[in-house]
Amino acid sequence: MNIDKEYVTRIASLARLETSPDQAEKFAAQFRDIIGYMDSLNLVDTTGVEPFYSPSENISVLREDERRATCRRREILANAPRHDGEYFIVPKIIQR
Amino acid sequence: MSDYETIIGLEVHAQLKTLSKIFCSCSTQFGNDPNTNTCHICTGMPGVLPVLNKKAVEFAVKMSLALDCRVNPRSVFARKNYFYPDLPRGYQISQYEEPLAEHGHIKILSGKQEKDVGITRIHMEEDAGKSIHSPSEGLSYVDLNRSGVPLMEIVSEPDMRSPEEATAYLKALRSIMRYLDISDGNMEEGSFRCDANVSIRPRGRQEFGTRTEIKNLNSFRNVQKALEYEVARQMDLLEDREDVIRETRLFDPDKGITVSMRGKEEAHDYRYFPDPDLVPLLVDRDWIEKLEKELPELPMARQARFMSQYELPDEDAQVLTSERDLADYFEECVKLYQQPKTISNWVMTELLRELNQAGTGIRESNLSPQLLTGLLRMVDDGTISNKIAKSIFPEVFAQGVDPVKLVQDKGLTQISDSGALEGVVDEVIRDNPDEVRKYREGRKKLMSFFVGQVMKKTKGQANPGLVNAILNRKLG
Repeated sequence: MNIDKEYVTRIASLARLETSPDQAEKFAAQFRDIIGYMDSLNLVDTTGVEPFYSPSENISVLREDERRATCRRREILANAPRHDGEYFIVPKIIQR
Repeated sequence: MSDYETIIGLEVHAQLKTLSKIFCSCSTQFGNDPNTNTCHICTGMPGVLPVLNKKAVEFAVKMSLALDCRVNPRSVFARKNYFYPDLPRGYQISQYEEPLAEHGHIKILSGKQEKDVGITRIHMEEDAGKSIHSPSEGLSYVDLNRSGVPLMEIVSEPDMRSPEEATAYLKALRSIMRYLDISDGNMEEGSFRCDANVSIRPRGRQEFGTRTEIKNLNSFRNVQKALEYEVARQMDLLEDREDVIRETRLFDPDKGITVSMRGKEEAHDYRYFPDPDLVPLLVDRDWIEKLEKELPELPMARQARFMSQYELPDEDAQVLTSERDLADYFEECVKLYQQPKTISNWVMTELLRELNQAGTGIRESNLSPQLLTGLLRMVDDGTISNKIAKSIFPEVFAQGVDPVKLVQDKGLTQISDSGALEGVVDEVIRDNPDEVRKYREGRKKLMSFFVGQVMKKTKGQANPGLVNAILNRKLG
């Protein structure tokens, strides 16, 4: 994988992070180290091995469809930087 | 015929009718006060764990079986990463590489043409919240009541060849969902949403043209209008030797056009990966068999049965079976009164008109099968004319009054006494000498005039067959 400054900038923008050119350069090197290390795992031949998603495979965990109120609205809103007691308030979402 | 062939594939999102959300026990009730159907899980607080709703799985499996899909014994939930204020976690839990079900198909009826449309996949996911924008304040208000409401996404193969087929497909899907009682299928309220992929190609060519994705299709009529517009737009481009650009377009229902979202849309890179908070979903043979047994007779099968068992024309059978409640109602009526075609005629005209006007379903209406069949029996045995029956029907429908009693109270019984009718006919002949002369000179069409006059004098209560017979005899 070619991890350069542009790649880092794109990943950062997907995560809504700003990066300066210097930072992008620095992180590109660090990314290369980390992902390069991971890449060595790709050397293992996994032909015919099913991907392993979870340590608790073969267990179906389901809940019954029961309706229950577990929280009060003011508790849910309490951590929001801004609300009016009913809605979360956020900066205008840029739309057409 | 146009030189181009239209290719349409549809993605449908249907809200599953569970009581609680897909990963938490919050209510799915529509219209509650903002943010009252929320908890730590559906608002994305750190450290909480989603647990899958069993009923949501059962509903989606039932739909998969109804569409002849192969239900995967194991499916995996994945995170779809993007940022939007109505998505509190920064990712939507969906299914990606290993969906619940695949490789199905559905029969649709477009015009008189029956056709098979392939179903690529069905997967489960959660809905996002809702935002209300206030441009004047420069703010948006976010309500997370809908966040975590269970959705089923149904992706079709690009098998539809016209906007009509696309609409027929959507109606067939909706009808099945309502038969299964797993979704309301209400496009206007958003419990049934649709995005369309559209392309055209010169007739006879194998490769597909460049497609566009159309969003914001919130009624069956808009689906049709948007697709017609988009097909025409793409044809114009090709005729002018311009290219169709692969993009997402928004339908503007007021102007009836599609508008490019180009530039306003982020480059999509959802970076899907399996959600480590959820174990794979296992659906075993026993569970599938149990759900299979719970499937009701589905619309297409019921339509075919109505045609053979009740000897109804296909149009009648299609209308009657489009909604399960209506089909049930019809069959209850037939049990009480073995005249399927008569009942069908009444259901399809008088009853559907009243239901549409009242904006209600048959199950909520006051008109029991006993009342409707009671009314029809009176027509059949000559107690009242068909015309009188139609005139009192709205009252029977609205009030749920017994038609037998209504006819007695209002004195609407049909006059089938030929002595009484002869007197009226004589009067009509005496009062209209000009018409009588013209009739006798050969203007046979005037017969309906005479019948009309007799009906007027008897307030519509004369037996029309008898009136005709007497008039024929007297006018020679």
